[in-house]
Amino acid sequence: MTILHADNVSYGIACRQLVSQISLVCESGQFVALLGANGAGKSTLIRMLTGLEKPSSGQVWLDGQSVRTIDRRVLARRRAYIPQNARTEWPVAVERLVALGLMPQIPVFGDLDRQAWRKVEAALAMCDLSHKIGQPATTLSGGELARAMLARALVGEPEIVIADEPLSGLDPKHAMDGVARLASLARDGRLIIASIHDLTLAARYATHVAILRDGKLLAQGPTASTLTASCINTAFDVEACVHGTGAQAIVDFIARADAPARPSAA
Amino acid sequence: MPLMLALLLAAAGASLVVGKVWLPPGVLLDGLSAPKPNLAWLIVTELRMPRTLLALMVGATLGLGGAVLQGLLRNPLAEPGLLGVSGGAALGAVIAIYFGLSARFVLATPLLGIAGALLAGALTFLFGRSGTLTLILAGAAVSGLAAAGLALALNFAPNPYAAYEIVTWLLGSVAEKEWGQIALCAPFMLAGWLCLAATPRGLDALTLGEAQAESLGINLNLLRALALAGVALSVGAATAMTGAIGFVGLVAPHLVRPFVGYQPSRILLPSALFGAILLLVTDMAIRVIPTAAELRLGVLTSLIGTPFFFWLVLRLRRLSP
Repeated sequence: MTILHADNVSYGIACRQLVSQISLVCESGQFVALLGANGAGKSTLIRMLTGLEKPSSGQVWLDGQSVRTIDRRVLARRRAYIPQNARTEWPVAVERLVALGLMPQIPVFGDLDRQAWRKVEAALAMCDLSHKIGQPATTLSGGELARAMLARALVGEPEIVIADEPLSGLDPKHAMDGVARLASLARDGRLIIASIHDLTLAARYATHVAILRDGKLLAQGPTASTLTASCINTAFDVEACVHGTGAQAIVDFIARADAPARPSAA
Repeated sequence: MPLMLALLLAAAGASLVVGKVWLPPGVLLDGLSAPKPNLAWLIVTELRMPRTLLALMVGATLGLGGAVLQGLLRNPLAEPGLLGVSGGAALGAVIAIYFGLSARFVLATPLLGIAGALLAGALTFLFGRSGTLTLILAGAAVSGLAAAGLALALNFAPNPYAAYEIVTWLLGSVAEKEWGQIALCAPFMLAGWLCLAATPRGLDALTLGEAQAESLGINLNLLRALALAGVALSVGAATAMTGAIGFVGLVAPHLVRPFVGYQPSRILLPSALFGAILLLVTDMAIRVIPTAAELRLGVLTSLIGTPFFFWLVLRLRRLSP
């Protein structure tokens, strides 16, 4: 059992508080969706959860040990992080890109052995990319690149996968595929934490949600009881209604009759 | 790779043969076996061998430095000159010449060159710490500072001869260096190479961008420090010896990149080898091209390198509209 615990973490730059006093406990087997309007502090919270950013105050604990004190290679083996709009800088082949995820596993001057390549092939197969082997990663479509990045994150078999808007820029089919894949990883016993803007997909697939507004945690808990119309209203400033739960859930937004049409605030 | 090694050996061998006095292999071998000293032996051991070795070392340094910097900055236009390291080294060496320190103390030029490179590298690192773009901008600013310093030195040159000496030295050359000078710079270059040899893993991780590289357990600050220290030491020592030799660090990584699947770590060694070959061949071309005064090495590499640079810019513009 893996427990990732954000303990009263805050983060501020130049007297602006991006995240204030958030406490959040996530366990393996959960798919935690971080929800909130743009600028609510999701990305900052995610970077602190990965251990890459040091909180101004508070701590993030991984199984009782502060993530900032865990050896960076050990931490890299235990949790994978996919940043927003992850892309590749050089036109390396897809399998080479995915193999980079094994970097924390292999010795400093070692190369990939046959067993490592089998893991790469398995990760590619899991993300439906087996037919792309040999293709430069820069020529992949948006959906394929997102899958390649997920394969890169999964190849090292981490206990925790943390992804910042893994569905952004994906068409409906790829977005649904992507979120379903994350959900099945959680069912396999991993801890998945992802910031998601599509509330319907979050309502259908996430086991838990954490809702942020202005850097503060508005609500957290199991999806069905936490993601309510009133909570969405407070977090996003839009009227919403939630129909159904689980795989049939739909989150709808309602245009307010009295409010003038204004450029999207979400 | 074996092909490149063979090419390198061939170029190095040819570099002993080619020059104002041609030494065909037969004469060369005769000279080596005949009682010493004789003319062929003197030419080879005192002129050609230092020159060849220096071209080889400097070319490899520039190729390696360029490959590491391009990987680190993920910018195909990066090279030691871009971060102000070459400029800093040139300024340091010119100060040694200008103040007459080099006349009083032989080691002054190389030592001040290395100091200049380190200082420029550190300055670039200090100001450009927050990211790739700022690093490049800081490098441009430091280059500008070094250029201003060089102009100042020329402005206040005590006599026309000093100014002439500075200008000629700046043009870059591997000719007329002594074994002692090479021996002095070699340890610094070697130390620089060792720093750079510790970077390939981090460079590979940077294929995924800085955030993912960091999440894979790469210490980015350490990686940047290693790359900059390595480039400052090796390129600083090289520039102090030979003056500014541009574009080798830009061209070499580019030409080998497609052959190794664009993987940053696999570029380093071929790029170093190719840089050495490139500089050896250019240096031979200089000896063969009949000009009144010998064409300076840095001039020819710039003449060849600039069109390549334009081609790169055009290609980048096409790739990223």
